[in-house]
Amino acid sequence: MGINYFLILALLLFSIGVAGVLLRRNAIIVFMCIELMLNSVNLVFVSFSSYLGNSIGQIFVFFIMTVAAAEAAVGLAIIIALFRNKETINIDEINILKW
Amino acid sequence: MLPNWLARPALAGLGLSPGYSFILYLALIFNHNLNFLQFTFENILILFFSLLAVFGALMMVTRKNPITSALYLILNFFCVSAIYLLLRAQFIAIIQVLVYAGAIMVLFLFVIMLLNLHDESKLSEKITYKKLSAILISLLLFSVLAITVYFSYMNKYREIHSSAETIGTIEVIGNELYTTFSFPFELVSFVLLAAIVGAIVLAKKKFD
Repeated sequence: MGINYFLILALLLFSIGVAGVLLRRNAIIVFMCIELMLNSVNLVFVSFSSYLGNSIGQIFVFFIMTVAAAEAAVGLAIIIALFRNKETINIDEINILKW
Repeated sequence: MLPNWLARPALAGLGLSPGYSFILYLALIFNHNLNFLQFTFENILILFFSLLAVFGALMMVTRKNPITSALYLILNFFCVSAIYLLLRAQFIAIIQVLVYAGAIMVLFLFVIMLLNLHDESKLSEKITYKKLSAILISLLLFSVLAITVYFSYMNKYREIHSSAETIGTIEVIGNELYTTFSFPFELVSFVLLAAIVGAIVLAKKKFD
């Protein structure tokens, strides 16, 4: 099984994540789709790492996971703050920044 | 928003291009890449887990209830972790379960519990041009990237590298992390510190 298979799988997961971000109106689910996209990028890193025999890709995955955890914490705090102020997490109704 | 008479042909044109490229891509795979269908035990495991991962992702996007979505996302994370194991990346597979399926998803479920969303139906809407074009755009993205990747790696990297089993261990990764990548490692701890402070500041009710 060549590397193509894993790359296409990662692309499929990434596209599903993009579709979710564009389709869903619930901010939490949009956030989960972003996690899915980060995860598919990790899959690309790991598959290249093991097909090239180089461990640096896996170290990058470690860093990406740290950033994803930080991003999830801050993003969910933003969602809580938004819900406290506007009583909604529908991203169509959160448009104060829209000019 | 485009008027109706303009939106329909525009969408049709947008929809035809990913459709054609998708069919072209499938034809290419089944014509050229038949040796991908060697049914060894490992390949069957990889196929099974990748199908389950895609299923979990699709269900995550389509379910209305956020808790169901979160559970399907956890299924997807476990399947991706199994694929990491089959790619001989043991440490990353364990970290995937611990950090993603453990820590991050528990955070998500906590927030869903805290927010107490009573009417879910208000968040969903009927099929509109917006939804249709979102699906078409993601399909277009997939087909463009898939064709590029497919032609770039058509005859390269057919097998997992022979040293792959040794580089995925905690020993090798830890050694690399604390010597070559010690500076980024320290920087990442600052990222985490900033995230902790930021999360507390954002979620706090009032500033004294």
